[in-house]
Amino acid sequence: MTAADTQTATRSTRAQTGDNAGFRRAVSYAVLIGYLLFLLVPIYWLVNMSFKTNTEILSSLNLLPAEPTVQNYAVILTDPTWYMGYVNSLIYVVMNTVISVTVALPAAYAFSRYSFIGDKHLFFWLLTNRMAPPAVFALPFFQLYSSIGLFDTHIAVALAHCLFNVPLAVWILEGFMRGVPKEIDETAYIDGYSWGRFFVKIFMPLIASGIGVAAFFCFMFSWVDLLLSRTLTSVNVKTIGVAMTRTSSATGLDYGTLAAAGVLTIIPGALVIWFVRNYIAKGFALGRV
Amino acid sequence: MDKTQNNRAWFMVLPVLLLVAFSAILPLMTVVNYAFNDTFGNNVFFWVGLEWFEEVLQSDRMWEALQRQLIFSAAILAIEVPLGIAVALAMPKKGIWASVCLVLMALPLLIPWNVVGTIWQVFARIDIGLLGNALGQIGIDFNIGQNATAAWVTVIMMDVWHWTSLVVLLAYAGLQSIPDAYYQAAKIDQASRWAVFRYVELPKLKGVLLIAILLRFMDSFMIYTEPFVVTGGGPGSTTTFLSIDLVKMALGQFDLGPAAAFSIMYFLVILLVSWAFYTIMVNLDREERNE
Repeated sequence: MTAADTQTATRSTRAQTGDNAGFRRAVSYAVLIGYLLFLLVPIYWLVNMSFKTNTEILSSLNLLPAEPTVQNYAVILTDPTWYMGYVNSLIYVVMNTVISVTVALPAAYAFSRYSFIGDKHLFFWLLTNRMAPPAVFALPFFQLYSSIGLFDTHIAVALAHCLFNVPLAVWILEGFMRGVPKEIDETAYIDGYSWGRFFVKIFMPLIASGIGVAAFFCFMFSWVDLLLSRTLTSVNVKTIGVAMTRTSSATGLDYGTLAAAGVLTIIPGALVIWFVRNYIAKGFALGRV
Repeated sequence: MDKTQNNRAWFMVLPVLLLVAFSAILPLMTVVNYAFNDTFGNNVFFWVGLEWFEEVLQSDRMWEALQRQLIFSAAILAIEVPLGIAVALAMPKKGIWASVCLVLMALPLLIPWNVVGTIWQVFARIDIGLLGNALGQIGIDFNIGQNATAAWVTVIMMDVWHWTSLVVLLAYAGLQSIPDAYYQAAKIDQASRWAVFRYVELPKLKGVLLIAILLRFMDSFMIYTEPFVVTGGGPGSTTTFLSIDLVKMALGQFDLGPAAAFSIMYFLVILLVSWAFYTIMVNLDREERNE
């Protein structure tokens, strides 16, 4: 083969790979954009509906509201049966997040630093509770909390959600803590720190992002649940999920308000999503990956 | 990291143990109690042994729900896993667009499950929904209240919409952890794109994909809220999955014995999958430590 031949050959392969790369990039973009559209169109439809009047929703399918109105949002923000739903949900969600992260912190530290009798079994048992179907627990929870007089209180829902949130928090925090070298603990003890002071002053700042992620996931999983919160509450603590399911099934008419209520429940997640974007995979995979 | 042997660590675990035991063991004992006893009310119970289990195992209702459940879980896994890998491969590797993609994709994961149901309920309706109406325009009957196929398509599409991003995020995290040197070595060998995927990326993704599959299997296996809001288990009982059936039985009809027996069998499946998940996790942790 002459030098010229080799040169043409190289050039043609290069052209070929160039074409391939271009084609591949086009396919990539198509997949990506197609998927994002698929994700966003249903959300867009909900937001779109929330700015329409009920007459417009039922009479025509406009891609944009013909007469944009915030009436639906006004209904929710002025009617106590609606806005108290948010308040009630937020109360038990925050209670649950605080309880879960507080008890999980020392436990996760123990799992990441020490081996003790039964540690593996315990860690596994926690996992089974994260995986347990809430439907199995709905009726026993109802009876348990009724018998101790906590039925229809915020704390009942907060404690019930601990079933899956405490294991979740322990697993996530353990995943973050194992990344902190053990030498740090040892140096602090040599410097005369007690365990408590070391943990609060030195260790917790080091895993601050882990605590944030664990808190975020506890908040989220408590916020998204409908089954247990619906089972454990009735009159005093009406949650937003219950308010929404009742509207949709009972009257079947007030779609504008329903859509607005839905949009408002998406906001807490949408507000913090930017800060946790790099940890979302880790959180969903229980602190691994 | 080698751990110190220290049994006093139990004191740090104790609060978690008590709290979770209160939420898990007490209720579970109630379930076991109901599963082996019958009652005429007034908290008087008598032992019936395995009668409830036999009743549940012999009823068509449970087997049908289980069958629907398995078909559903298999269908969503078959769609979500390949789609998730494809999207993860198509995502930009770094920069602002990577962040924008991550945020947009994570959005459905953070929406309350009943709102996910509501979104798809209004989206699929033939009178006011974009999807239902558009399909109606081209002559497809998409009435999810009457047409079982339409109900199934909606429920599966909803789950794909809701959870594919989980697979994407996990696969993306796995891809990010592959060192550049691997790709350079593949380039020197003039490996095709398929070969790179098959022999470089896929083996490295094995761990995260197993996690994704197990999580998706588990969560789809206990799905309740979303189909409940969209179809209410209907039309008829065509989209009544295990959890929906269980709640109907326990809270709707108060058939405590069969419901409890059902719960226990449900729980055994979950133990099995949790065990698989745990084993994979332990192996991954070990590999990570050896590297």
